[in-house]
Amino acid sequence: MIEVERLTKTYGDARGIDDITFSVGKGEILGFLGPNGAGKTTTMRILTCFMSASSGSAKVAGYDIFEDSLKVRSKIGYLPETVPLYTDMQVPVYLKFVAGLKDVPWKKINHKVAEVMEQVGLTHMAHKFIGELSKGYRQRVGLAQALVNDPEVLILDEPTIGLDPKQIVEIRSLIKGLGGGRTIMLSSHILPEVSMLCERVIIIDEGKIKAMDTPDNLMSRLHAAGRVQARIDGPKEKVLKALREIGGAKKVDVVSDSGATSMYVVEFADGKAGAHLIPRAVTSGGWDLHELTPMRLSLEDIFIRIVTEEEIKQ
Amino acid sequence: MRNLYFLLTKELRSYINSPVALVVITIFTIITGYYFYNIFANFSTLSFQAQSNPMAAKQYGALNVTEFVVRPFFSIVGLVMLIMLPMLTMRSFAEEKKSGTMELLLTYPLTDAEAIIGKFLGCMGIFVVMLTLTFPCLALVGYFGQPEWGVIGAGYVGLLLMGSAFISLGIFMSSLTENQIIAAALSFASLIILYMSGLSAAFAGENVGKVLEYISIINHLETFAKGVIDTSDVNYYILFTALFLFLSMRSLESKRWRG
Repeated sequence: MIEVERLTKTYGDARGIDDITFSVGKGEILGFLGPNGAGKTTTMRILTCFMSASSGSAKVAGYDIFEDSLKVRSKIGYLPETVPLYTDMQVPVYLKFVAGLKDVPWKKINHKVAEVMEQVGLTHMAHKFIGELSKGYRQRVGLAQALVNDPEVLILDEPTIGLDPKQIVEIRSLIKGLGGGRTIMLSSHILPEVSMLCERVIIIDEGKIKAMDTPDNLMSRLHAAGRVQARIDGPKEKVLKALREIGGAKKVDVVSDSGATSMYVVEFADGKAGAHLIPRAVTSGGWDLHELTPMRLSLEDIFIRIVTEEEIKQ
Repeated sequence: MRNLYFLLTKELRSYINSPVALVVITIFTIITGYYFYNIFANFSTLSFQAQSNPMAAKQYGALNVTEFVVRPFFSIVGLVMLIMLPMLTMRSFAEEKKSGTMELLLTYPLTDAEAIIGKFLGCMGIFVVMLTLTFPCLALVGYFGQPEWGVIGAGYVGLLLMGSAFISLGIFMSSLTENQIIAAALSFASLIILYMSGLSAAFAGENVGKVLEYISIINHLETFAKGVIDTSDVNYYILFTALFLFLSMRSLESKRWRG
Protein backbone atom coordinates (compact mmCIF):
# COMPACT_ATOMS: atom_id res chain seq x y z
CA MET A 1 0.00 0.00 0.00
CA ILE A 2 2.85 2.35 0.81
CA GLU A 3 6.18 1.77 -0.88
CA VAL A 4 8.94 4.20 -0.16
CA GLU A 5 12.23 3.98 -1.93
CA ARG A 6 15.35 5.97 -1.15
CA LEU A 7 13.37 9.05 -0.20
CA THR A 8 15.43 12.12 0.61
CA LYS A 9 14.37 15.64 1.44
CA THR A 10 16.77 18.50 1.93
CA TYR A 11 15.89 21.96 3.25
CA GLY A 12 18.64 24.13 1.91
CA ASP A 13 21.71 22.50 3.39
CA ALA A 14 19.86 20.71 6.17
CA ARG A 15 18.62 17.17 5.64
CA GLY A 16 15.03 16.49 6.59
CA ILE A 17 15.12 12.81 5.77
CA ASP A 18 17.96 10.86 4.30
CA ASP A 19 17.60 7.86 2.02
CA ILE A 20 14.57 6.23 3.62
CA THR A 21 13.24 2.94 2.29
CA PHE A 22 10.33 0.97 3.72
CA SER A 23 6.99 -0.47 2.76
CA VAL A 24 3.66 -0.99 4.43
CA GLY A 25 1.37 -3.83 3.43
CA LYS A 26 -2.39 -3.64 2.96
CA GLY A 27 -4.26 -3.54 6.25
CA GLU A 28 -1.13 -3.09 8.28
CA ILE A 29 -0.80 -0.55 11.08
CA LEU A 30 2.66 0.96 11.07
CA GLY A 31 4.08 3.05 13.86
CA PHE A 32 6.56 5.76 13.06
CA LEU A 33 8.57 6.47 16.14
CA GLY A 34 11.11 9.16 16.71
CA PRO A 35 12.02 12.24 18.71
CA ASN A 36 11.00 15.70 17.57
CA GLY A 37 12.79 16.75 14.43
CA ALA A 38 13.60 13.18 13.42
CA GLY A 39 11.82 13.47 10.09
CA LYS A 40 8.46 11.89 10.87
CA THR A 41 6.40 14.86 9.77
CA THR A 42 8.57 15.42 6.71
CA THR A 43 8.04 11.82 5.58
CA MET A 44 4.30 12.09 6.11
CA ARG A 45 4.08 15.41 4.32
CA ILE A 46 5.85 13.91 1.34
CA LEU A 47 3.60 10.85 1.29
CA THR A 48 0.51 13.04 1.42
CA CYS A 49 1.84 15.12 -1.51
CA PHE A 50 2.01 18.31 0.54
CA MET A 51 5.72 18.55 -0.21
CA SER A 52 7.89 17.15 -2.92
CA ALA A 53 10.86 14.96 -2.14
CA SER A 54 14.33 16.02 -3.23
CA SER A 55 15.07 12.56 -4.55
CA GLY A 56 13.76 9.03 -4.38
CA SER A 57 10.26 7.78 -5.12
CA ALA A 58 7.20 6.57 -3.29
CA LYS A 59 3.95 4.90 -4.18
CA VAL A 60 0.80 5.21 -2.11
CA ALA A 61 -2.24 3.04 -2.87
CA GLY A 62 -0.56 1.99 -6.10
CA TYR A 63 0.00 5.48 -7.47
CA ASP A 64 3.23 7.41 -7.67
CA ILE A 65 3.11 10.43 -5.35
CA PHE A 66 4.78 12.62 -7.94
CA GLU A 67 3.20 11.44 -11.20
CA ASP A 68 -0.33 10.76 -9.96
CA SER A 69 -0.50 13.12 -7.04
CA LEU A 70 -4.23 13.82 -7.44
CA LYS A 71 -5.10 10.12 -7.42
CA VAL A 72 -2.96 9.53 -4.35
CA ARG A 73 -4.61 12.42 -2.59
CA SER A 74 -8.09 11.09 -3.26
CA LYS A 75 -7.15 7.73 -1.72
CA ILE A 76 -5.65 8.98 1.52
CA GLY A 77 -6.82 10.53 4.74
CA TYR A 78 -4.36 12.76 6.54
CA LEU A 79 -4.39 14.17 10.04
CA PRO A 80 -1.59 16.72 10.48
CA GLU A 81 0.03 17.16 13.85
CA THR A 82 -1.53 20.51 14.73
CA VAL A 83 -5.00 19.55 13.35
CA PRO A 84 -5.51 22.74 11.40
CA LEU A 85 -9.22 23.40 10.91
CA TYR A 86 -11.35 26.31 9.76
CA THR A 87 -12.54 27.59 13.11
CA ASP A 88 -15.26 29.73 11.57
CA MET A 89 -17.16 26.79 10.10
CA GLN A 90 -19.70 24.49 11.70
CA VAL A 91 -18.71 20.85 11.97
CA PRO A 92 -21.03 19.34 9.33
CA VAL A 93 -20.50 22.28 6.97
CA TYR A 94 -16.76 21.76 7.18
CA LEU A 95 -17.04 18.02 6.65
CA LYS A 96 -19.29 18.53 3.64
CA PHE A 97 -16.70 20.87 2.16
CA VAL A 98 -13.98 18.26 2.66
CA ALA A 99 -16.18 15.47 1.29
CA GLY A 100 -16.85 17.60 -1.77
CA LEU A 101 -13.18 18.20 -2.43
CA LYS A 102 -12.33 14.58 -1.77
CA ASP A 103 -14.51 13.37 -4.63
CA VAL A 104 -17.32 11.83 -2.56
CA PRO A 105 -20.24 11.53 -5.01
CA TRP A 106 -22.79 14.39 -4.67
CA LYS A 107 -25.63 12.20 -3.54
CA LYS A 108 -23.59 10.49 -0.85
CA ILE A 109 -22.09 13.56 0.76
CA ASN A 110 -24.79 14.11 3.41
CA HIS A 111 -24.95 10.44 4.23
CA LYS A 112 -21.20 10.06 4.44
CA VAL A 113 -20.78 13.11 6.67
CA ALA A 114 -23.44 11.81 9.07
CA GLU A 115 -21.71 8.43 9.06
CA VAL A 116 -18.23 9.70 9.98
CA MET A 117 -19.65 12.03 12.60
CA GLU A 118 -21.34 9.04 14.18
CA GLN A 119 -18.15 7.00 13.86
CA VAL A 120 -15.95 9.49 15.70
CA GLY A 121 -18.65 10.52 18.17
CA LEU A 122 -19.36 14.04 16.98
CA THR A 123 -23.08 13.81 16.29
CA HIS A 124 -24.06 15.86 19.36
CA MET A 125 -21.64 18.62 18.33
CA ALA A 126 -23.27 19.16 14.95
CA HIS A 127 -24.50 22.70 15.66
CA LYS A 128 -21.18 23.96 17.02
CA PHE A 129 -18.54 26.00 15.28
CA ILE A 130 -15.16 24.26 15.17
CA GLY A 131 -13.63 27.21 17.04
CA GLU A 132 -15.85 26.43 20.03
CA LEU A 133 -14.75 22.82 20.35
CA SER A 134 -12.24 21.49 22.87
CA LYS A 135 -8.92 20.02 21.75
CA GLY A 136 -10.24 16.48 22.02
CA TYR A 137 -13.24 17.21 19.84
CA ARG A 138 -11.10 19.05 17.32
CA GLN A 139 -8.98 15.94 17.10
CA ARG A 140 -12.17 14.03 16.31
CA VAL A 141 -13.09 16.53 13.61
CA GLY A 142 -9.59 16.04 12.24
CA LEU A 143 -10.09 12.30 12.17
CA ALA A 144 -13.53 12.72 10.60
CA GLN A 145 -12.15 14.84 7.76
CA ALA A 146 -9.47 12.20 7.17
CA LEU A 147 -12.10 9.43 7.07
CA VAL A 148 -14.79 11.10 5.04
CA ASN A 149 -13.62 9.72 1.69
CA ASP A 150 -13.24 6.16 3.01
CA PRO A 151 -9.50 6.25 2.45
CA GLU A 152 -7.46 3.16 1.76
CA VAL A 153 -4.51 4.71 3.52
CA LEU A 154 -4.69 6.75 6.68
CA ILE A 155 -1.72 8.88 7.69
CA LEU A 156 -1.93 10.25 11.22
CA ASP A 157 0.74 12.57 12.55
CA GLU A 158 0.91 12.37 16.35
CA PRO A 159 -2.81 11.75 16.78
CA THR A 160 -2.80 11.91 20.57
CA ILE A 161 -0.43 14.77 21.22
CA GLY A 162 -1.71 17.46 23.56
CA LEU A 163 -4.74 15.52 24.75
CA ASP A 164 -5.64 14.70 28.32
CA PRO A 165 -5.32 11.06 29.44
CA LYS A 166 -9.02 10.31 29.02
CA GLN A 167 -9.08 11.74 25.52
CA ILE A 168 -5.91 9.84 24.67
CA VAL A 169 -7.60 6.57 25.58
CA GLU A 170 -10.68 7.50 23.54
CA ILE A 171 -8.72 8.52 20.46
CA ARG A 172 -6.55 5.40 20.68
CA SER A 173 -9.54 3.10 20.80
CA LEU A 174 -11.03 5.03 17.91
CA ILE A 175 -7.89 4.49 15.85
CA LYS A 176 -7.82 0.86 16.83
CA GLY A 177 -11.35 0.49 15.52
CA LEU A 178 -10.39 2.07 12.21
CA GLY A 179 -8.19 -0.83 11.12
CA GLY A 180 -9.75 -3.70 9.26
CA GLY A 181 -8.49 -3.55 5.71
CA ARG A 182 -7.31 0.00 6.05
CA THR A 183 -3.60 0.74 5.99
CA ILE A 184 -2.64 3.08 8.79
CA MET A 185 0.61 4.88 9.32
CA LEU A 186 0.87 6.82 12.54
CA SER A 187 3.68 8.71 14.14
CA SER A 188 4.29 9.15 17.80
CA HIS A 189 6.98 9.57 20.33
CA ILE A 190 5.25 7.52 22.98
CA LEU A 191 6.44 3.92 22.93
CA PRO A 192 3.53 2.25 24.80
CA GLU A 193 1.09 3.92 22.47
CA VAL A 194 2.81 2.55 19.43
CA SER A 195 3.18 -0.90 20.90
CA MET A 196 -0.52 -0.90 21.71
CA LEU A 197 -1.72 0.13 18.27
CA CYS A 198 0.84 -0.99 15.75
CA GLU A 199 1.88 -4.25 14.22
CA ARG A 200 5.20 -2.91 13.11
CA VAL A 201 7.39 -0.04 14.19
CA ILE A 202 9.95 2.04 12.39
CA ILE A 203 12.32 4.01 14.54
CA ILE A 204 13.70 7.06 12.86
CA ASP A 205 16.26 9.54 14.06
CA GLU A 206 18.04 12.39 12.34
CA GLY A 207 16.31 11.52 9.11
CA LYS A 208 17.52 7.92 9.02
CA ILE A 209 15.77 4.65 9.81
CA LYS A 210 17.42 3.18 12.88
CA ALA A 211 15.31 0.08 13.44
CA MET A 212 12.30 -1.64 11.93
CA ASP A 213 10.54 -4.49 13.75
CA THR A 214 7.40 -5.58 15.57
CA PRO A 215 6.89 -3.80 18.89
CA ASP A 216 7.26 -7.10 20.79
CA ASN A 217 10.59 -7.90 19.22
CA LEU A 218 11.79 -4.42 19.81
CA MET A 219 10.73 -4.50 23.43
CA SER A 220 12.20 -7.89 24.11
CA ARG A 221 15.47 -6.93 22.54
CA LEU A 222 15.52 -3.97 24.81
CA HIS A 223 14.25 -5.80 27.88
CA ALA A 224 17.30 -7.95 27.74
CA ALA A 225 19.06 -4.95 29.03
CA GLY A 226 16.54 -4.62 31.84
CA ARG A 227 16.51 -2.28 34.71
CA VAL A 228 14.85 -2.94 38.02
CA GLN A 229 13.83 -0.47 40.67
CA ALA A 230 13.87 -1.59 44.31
CA ARG A 231 12.93 0.17 47.53
CA ILE A 232 14.95 -1.31 50.35
CA ASP A 233 15.04 -0.55 54.06
CA GLY A 234 18.66 -0.90 55.20
CA PRO A 235 22.06 0.75 55.58
CA LYS A 236 22.86 2.30 52.22
CA GLU A 237 26.48 1.33 51.83
CA LYS A 238 25.88 -2.32 52.70
CA VAL A 239 22.83 -2.61 50.47
CA LEU A 240 24.72 -1.08 47.55
CA LYS A 241 27.54 -3.53 48.07
CA ALA A 242 25.15 -6.51 48.24
CA LEU A 243 23.34 -5.44 45.09
CA ARG A 244 26.57 -4.99 43.19
CA GLU A 245 27.52 -8.53 44.01
CA ILE A 246 24.44 -9.99 42.27
CA GLY A 247 25.44 -11.84 39.13
CA GLY A 248 24.91 -9.79 35.99
CA ALA A 249 24.34 -6.49 37.77
CA LYS A 250 26.15 -3.88 35.78
CA LYS A 251 25.28 -0.66 37.45
CA VAL A 252 23.63 0.16 40.78
CA ASP A 253 22.50 3.64 41.75
CA VAL A 254 20.57 5.25 44.56
CA VAL A 255 17.93 7.42 43.04
CA SER A 256 16.11 8.72 46.09
CA ASP A 257 16.28 8.74 49.84
CA SER A 258 13.18 8.99 51.95
CA GLY A 259 13.98 8.46 55.60
CA ALA A 260 14.63 4.85 56.31
CA THR A 261 14.04 3.41 52.88
CA SER A 262 16.00 4.23 49.74
CA MET A 263 15.23 3.65 46.09
CA TYR A 264 17.86 1.76 44.12
CA VAL A 265 18.08 1.16 40.42
CA VAL A 266 19.85 -1.98 39.32
CA GLU A 267 20.81 -2.32 35.70
CA PHE A 268 21.60 -5.77 34.36
CA ALA A 269 23.99 -6.54 31.56
CA ASP A 270 22.86 -7.74 28.17
CA GLY A 271 20.89 -10.97 28.27
CA LYS A 272 21.06 -11.41 32.02
CA ALA A 273 17.74 -10.79 33.71
CA GLY A 274 18.53 -10.97 37.39
CA ALA A 275 15.60 -9.33 39.11
CA HIS A 276 14.72 -12.59 40.91
CA LEU A 277 18.09 -12.49 42.70
CA ILE A 278 17.37 -9.20 44.42
CA PRO A 279 14.92 -10.44 47.14
CA ARG A 280 17.39 -13.13 48.16
CA ALA A 281 20.22 -10.64 48.41
CA VAL A 282 18.08 -8.32 50.48
CA THR A 283 16.71 -10.90 52.92
CA SER A 284 20.07 -12.56 53.42
CA GLY A 285 21.36 -9.14 54.49
CA GLY A 286 18.53 -8.97 57.02
CA TRP A 287 16.89 -5.91 55.42
CA ASP A 288 13.33 -5.38 54.18
CA LEU A 289 12.26 -5.20 50.58
CA HIS A 290 9.35 -2.74 50.16
CA GLU A 291 9.01 -2.56 46.43
CA LEU A 292 10.42 -4.24 43.35
CA THR A 293 9.48 -2.92 39.92
CA PRO A 294 10.89 -3.70 36.53
CA MET A 295 11.49 -0.38 34.82
CA ARG A 296 9.94 0.27 31.47
CA LEU A 297 12.51 1.67 29.13
CA SER A 298 11.61 5.13 28.01
CA LEU A 299 11.84 6.02 24.40
CA GLU A 300 14.83 8.18 25.20
CA ASP A 301 16.68 5.14 26.55
CA ILE A 302 15.81 3.13 23.49
CA PHE A 303 17.06 5.91 21.34
CA ILE A 304 20.29 6.26 23.12
CA ARG A 305 20.78 2.55 22.77
CA ILE A 306 19.76 2.32 19.16
CA VAL A 307 21.60 5.40 18.10
CA THR A 308 24.81 4.43 19.85
CA GLU A 309 24.23 0.74 19.02
CA GLU A 310 25.45 -0.18 22.43
CA GLU A 311 23.09 -3.03 23.16
CA ILE A 312 21.36 -3.81 19.92
CA LYS A 313 22.98 -5.31 16.89
CA GLN A 314 20.75 -5.09 13.86
CA MET B 1 -15.65 22.56 -11.78
CA ARG B 2 -16.89 20.53 -8.87
CA ASN B 3 -13.92 21.48 -6.73
CA LEU B 4 -14.36 25.12 -7.69
CA TYR B 5 -17.96 25.03 -6.50
CA PHE B 6 -16.93 23.71 -3.09
CA LEU B 7 -13.99 26.09 -2.79
CA LEU B 8 -16.10 29.07 -3.80
CA THR B 9 -18.92 28.33 -1.36
CA LYS B 10 -16.35 27.86 1.40
CA GLU B 11 -14.63 31.13 0.57
CA LEU B 12 -17.87 33.09 0.48
CA ARG B 13 -19.02 31.47 3.69
CA SER B 14 -15.83 32.37 5.51
CA TYR B 15 -16.03 35.94 4.21
CA ILE B 16 -19.59 36.18 5.49
CA ASN B 17 -18.73 34.60 8.85
CA SER B 18 -15.73 36.83 9.43
CA PRO B 19 -16.29 40.53 10.08
CA VAL B 20 -13.61 41.47 7.52
CA ALA B 21 -15.86 41.41 4.49
CA LEU B 22 -18.61 43.26 6.34
CA VAL B 23 -16.23 46.01 7.45
CA VAL B 24 -14.65 46.35 4.00
CA ILE B 25 -18.02 46.48 2.23
CA THR B 26 -19.42 49.01 4.70
CA ILE B 27 -16.43 51.35 4.55
CA PHE B 28 -16.33 51.12 0.77
CA THR B 29 -20.00 52.00 0.49
CA ILE B 30 -19.76 54.88 2.98
CA ILE B 31 -16.73 56.48 1.29
CA THR B 32 -18.06 56.20 -2.25
CA GLY B 33 -21.52 57.28 -1.14
CA TYR B 34 -20.14 60.30 0.69
CA TYR B 35 -18.14 61.36 -2.35
CA PHE B 36 -21.18 60.87 -4.56
CA TYR B 37 -23.26 63.07 -2.25
CA ASN B 38 -20.70 65.84 -2.58
CA ILE B 39 -20.34 65.81 -6.35
CA PHE B 40 -24.06 65.37 -6.92
CA ALA B 41 -24.96 68.20 -4.53
CA ASN B 42 -22.32 70.36 -6.14
CA PHE B 43 -23.71 69.60 -9.57
CA SER B 44 -27.23 70.55 -8.53
CA THR B 45 -25.99 73.84 -7.03
CA LEU B 46 -24.19 74.60 -10.28
CA SER B 47 -27.34 73.79 -12.22
CA PHE B 48 -29.40 76.17 -10.09
CA GLN B 49 -26.83 78.91 -10.55
CA ALA B 50 -26.71 78.35 -14.26
CA GLN B 51 -30.48 78.53 -14.41
CA SER B 52 -30.72 81.81 -12.56
CA ASN B 53 -27.62 83.42 -14.03
CA PRO B 54 -27.02 82.69 -17.73
CA MET B 55 -23.72 84.58 -17.61
CA ALA B 56 -22.35 82.18 -15.04
CA ALA B 57 -23.59 79.25 -17.06
CA LYS B 58 -21.20 80.15 -19.85
CA GLN B 59 -18.36 79.88 -17.42
CA TYR B 60 -19.15 76.22 -16.67
CA GLY B 61 -19.66 75.26 -20.28
CA ALA B 62 -22.25 72.59 -20.99
CA LEU B 63 -23.53 71.15 -17.72
CA ASN B 64 -23.58 67.45 -18.43
CA VAL B 65 -24.45 65.05 -15.63
CA THR B 66 -22.30 62.29 -17.12
CA GLU B 67 -19.27 64.56 -17.30
CA PHE B 68 -19.76 66.16 -13.92
CA VAL B 69 -21.00 63.27 -11.80
CA VAL B 70 -20.68 59.83 -13.39
CA ARG B 71 -17.12 60.07 -14.62
CA PRO B 72 -15.54 61.47 -11.43
CA PHE B 73 -17.58 58.97 -9.45
CA PHE B 74 -16.01 56.07 -11.34
CA SER B 75 -12.48 57.35 -10.79
CA ILE B 76 -13.11 57.71 -7.07
CA VAL B 77 -14.61 54.22 -6.87
CA GLY B 78 -11.41 53.00 -8.57
CA LEU B 79 -9.28 54.81 -6.02
CA VAL B 80 -11.24 53.48 -3.05
CA MET B 81 -10.93 49.98 -4.53
CA LEU B 82 -7.18 50.43 -4.50
CA ILE B 83 -7.38 50.97 -0.76
CA MET B 84 -10.05 48.41 0.15
CA LEU B 85 -9.34 45.42 -2.08
CA PRO B 86 -5.92 44.57 -0.59
CA MET B 87 -7.70 44.29 2.78
CA LEU B 88 -9.95 41.71 1.24
CA THR B 89 -7.22 39.71 -0.48
CA MET B 90 -4.56 39.84 2.23
CA ARG B 91 -6.05 36.96 4.16
CA SER B 92 -6.59 34.59 1.24
CA PHE B 93 -3.45 32.46 1.46
CA ALA B 94 -1.65 34.16 4.34
CA GLU B 95 -4.32 33.12 6.81
CA GLU B 96 -4.40 29.53 5.59
CA LYS B 97 -0.64 29.34 5.90
CA LYS B 98 -0.56 30.85 9.34
CA SER B 99 -3.29 28.62 10.75
CA GLY B 100 -1.88 25.57 8.96
CA THR B 101 -5.11 24.78 7.10
CA MET B 102 -3.09 25.10 3.92
CA GLU B 103 -1.43 21.78 4.77
CA LEU B 104 -4.77 20.00 4.72
CA LEU B 105 -6.12 21.93 1.75
CA LEU B 106 -3.13 21.00 -0.42
CA THR B 107 -3.41 17.32 0.47
CA TYR B 108 -6.97 17.17 -0.86
CA PRO B 109 -7.32 16.08 -4.47
CA LEU B 110 -7.43 19.49 -6.09
CA THR B 111 -4.96 21.20 -8.38
CA ASP B 112 -3.06 24.34 -7.37
CA ALA B 113 -4.87 26.19 -10.14
CA GLU B 114 -8.22 25.25 -8.63
CA ALA B 115 -7.12 26.40 -5.19
CA ILE B 116 -6.09 29.78 -6.61
CA ILE B 117 -9.10 30.29 -8.84
CA GLY B 118 -11.33 29.36 -5.88
CA LYS B 119 -9.74 32.13 -3.83
CA PHE B 120 -9.94 34.53 -6.77
CA LEU B 121 -13.62 33.88 -7.40
CA GLY B 122 -14.38 34.19 -3.68
CA CYS B 123 -12.85 37.68 -3.60
CA MET B 124 -14.55 38.58 -6.86
CA GLY B 125 -17.87 37.58 -5.32
CA ILE B 126 -17.44 40.01 -2.44
CA PHE B 127 -16.16 42.66 -4.85
CA VAL B 128 -19.26 42.31 -7.04
CA VAL B 129 -21.37 42.91 -3.92
CA MET B 130 -19.33 46.06 -3.25
CA LEU B 131 -19.84 47.31 -6.81
CA THR B 132 -23.54 46.52 -6.73
CA LEU B 133 -23.90 48.66 -3.62
CA THR B 134 -22.56 51.68 -5.55
CA PHE B 135 -25.31 51.37 -8.13
CA PRO B 136 -28.05 53.11 -6.07
CA CYS B 137 -25.98 56.30 -6.40
CA LEU B 138 -26.12 56.10 -10.18
CA ALA B 139 -29.77 55.07 -10.06
CA LEU B 140 -30.37 58.34 -8.21
CA VAL B 141 -28.65 60.20 -11.04
CA GLY B 142 -30.92 58.40 -13.44
CA TYR B 143 -33.98 59.37 -11.39
CA PHE B 144 -33.17 63.09 -11.36
CA GLY B 145 -31.38 63.48 -14.67
CA GLN B 146 -30.51 61.76 -17.90
CA PRO B 147 -27.08 60.21 -17.62
CA GLU B 148 -25.69 58.21 -20.52
CA TRP B 149 -26.36 54.61 -19.54
CA GLY B 150 -23.82 53.36 -22.04
CA VAL B 151 -21.09 55.23 -20.19
CA ILE B 152 -22.30 53.79 -16.88
CA GLY B 153 -22.28 50.27 -18.33
CA ALA B 154 -18.78 50.72 -19.76
CA GLY B 155 -17.61 52.19 -16.46
CA TYR B 156 -18.79 49.14 -14.55
CA VAL B 157 -17.10 46.81 -17.03
CA GLY B 158 -13.92 48.79 -16.47
CA LEU B 159 -14.24 48.67 -12.68
CA LEU B 160 -14.89 44.95 -12.75
CA LEU B 161 -11.80 44.35 -14.89
CA MET B 162 -9.66 46.63 -12.77
CA GLY B 163 -10.93 44.95 -9.62
CA SER B 164 -9.97 41.53 -10.96
CA ALA B 165 -6.46 42.89 -11.63
CA PHE B 166 -6.22 44.26 -8.06
CA ILE B 167 -7.51 41.00 -6.61
CA SER B 168 -5.13 38.78 -8.56
CA LEU B 169 -2.19 40.91 -7.46
CA GLY B 170 -3.40 40.83 -3.86
CA ILE B 171 -3.75 37.04 -3.95
CA PHE B 172 -0.24 36.70 -5.31
CA MET B 173 1.16 38.88 -2.52
CA SER B 174 -0.79 36.85 0.01
CA SER B 175 0.69 33.64 -1.39
CA LEU B 176 4.19 34.94 -0.69
CA THR B 177 3.88 35.35 3.05
CA GLU B 178 2.03 34.04 6.05
CA ASN B 179 1.68 37.50 7.53
CA GLN B 180 -1.50 39.28 6.48
CA ILE B 181 -0.10 42.75 7.22
CA ILE B 182 2.89 42.11 4.96
CA ALA B 183 0.58 40.81 2.24
CA ALA B 184 -1.54 43.95 2.46
CA ALA B 185 1.50 46.25 2.56
CA LEU B 186 3.03 44.60 -0.51
CA SER B 187 -0.26 44.91 -2.39
CA PHE B 188 -0.68 48.56 -1.46
CA ALA B 189 2.87 49.38 -2.41
CA SER B 190 2.76 47.69 -5.80
CA LEU B 191 -0.70 49.03 -6.66
CA ILE B 192 0.28 52.58 -5.71
CA ILE B 193 3.49 52.37 -7.73
CA LEU B 194 1.55 51.03 -10.70
CA TYR B 195 -0.95 53.83 -10.16
CA MET B 196 1.76 56.50 -10.13
CA SER B 197 3.86 55.15 -12.97
CA GLY B 198 1.75 57.26 -15.34
CA LEU B 199 3.06 60.39 -13.60
CA SER B 200 6.68 59.76 -14.51
CA ALA B 201 5.66 59.11 -18.10
CA ALA B 202 5.66 62.86 -18.77
CA PHE B 203 9.39 63.36 -18.26
CA ALA B 204 10.69 59.88 -19.13
CA GLY B 205 11.92 59.38 -22.70
CA GLU B 206 9.36 58.96 -25.45
CA ASN B 207 9.38 55.17 -25.63
CA VAL B 208 9.83 54.57 -21.95
CA GLY B 209 7.09 57.10 -21.34
CA LYS B 210 4.69 55.14 -23.51
CA VAL B 211 5.47 51.96 -21.63
CA LEU B 212 5.03 53.66 -18.27
CA GLU B 213 1.75 55.10 -19.37
CA TYR B 214 0.52 51.75 -20.57
CA ILE B 215 1.56 50.05 -17.33
CA SER B 216 -0.24 52.59 -15.16
CA ILE B 217 -3.12 50.63 -13.76
CA ILE B 218 -5.66 53.43 -13.44
CA ASN B 219 -5.11 55.11 -16.83
CA HIS B 220 -6.98 52.32 -18.51
CA LEU B 221 -10.04 52.99 -16.41
CA GLU B 222 -10.38 56.48 -17.86
CA THR B 223 -11.25 55.20 -21.31
CA PHE B 224 -13.99 53.04 -19.80
CA ALA B 225 -15.30 56.02 -17.84
CA LYS B 226 -15.59 57.89 -21.15
CA GLY B 227 -17.83 55.12 -22.39
CA VAL B 228 -15.22 53.51 -24.64
CA ILE B 229 -14.47 49.81 -24.34
CA ASP B 230 -11.09 49.59 -26.00
CA THR B 231 -9.67 46.08 -26.51
CA SER B 232 -6.23 47.38 -25.59
CA ASP B 233 -7.52 48.29 -22.13
CA VAL B 234 -9.53 45.10 -21.78
CA ASN B 235 -6.44 43.11 -22.73
CA TYR B 236 -4.36 45.02 -20.22
CA TYR B 237 -6.58 44.02 -17.31
CA ILE B 238 -7.11 40.46 -18.49
CA LEU B 239 -3.39 39.89 -19.02
CA PHE B 240 -2.60 41.53 -15.70
CA THR B 241 -5.03 39.21 -13.91
CA ALA B 242 -3.78 36.13 -15.75
CA LEU B 243 -0.15 37.01 -15.03
CA PHE B 244 -0.65 37.32 -11.29
CA LEU B 245 -2.83 34.23 -11.04
CA PHE B 246 -0.08 32.36 -12.87
CA LEU B 247 2.57 33.78 -10.53
CA SER B 248 0.48 32.69 -7.54
CA MET B 249 0.48 29.18 -8.96
CA ARG B 250 4.26 29.26 -9.23
CA SER B 251 4.45 30.56 -5.70
CA LEU B 252 2.39 27.63 -4.36
CA GLU B 253 4.46 25.21 -6.37
CA SER B 254 7.74 26.58 -5.10
CA LYS B 255 6.41 26.19 -1.56
CA ARG B 256 5.97 22.49 -2.25
CA TRP B 257 9.56 22.17 -3.33
CA ARG B 258 11.12 24.29 -0.67
CA GLY B 259 9.02 22.62 2.00
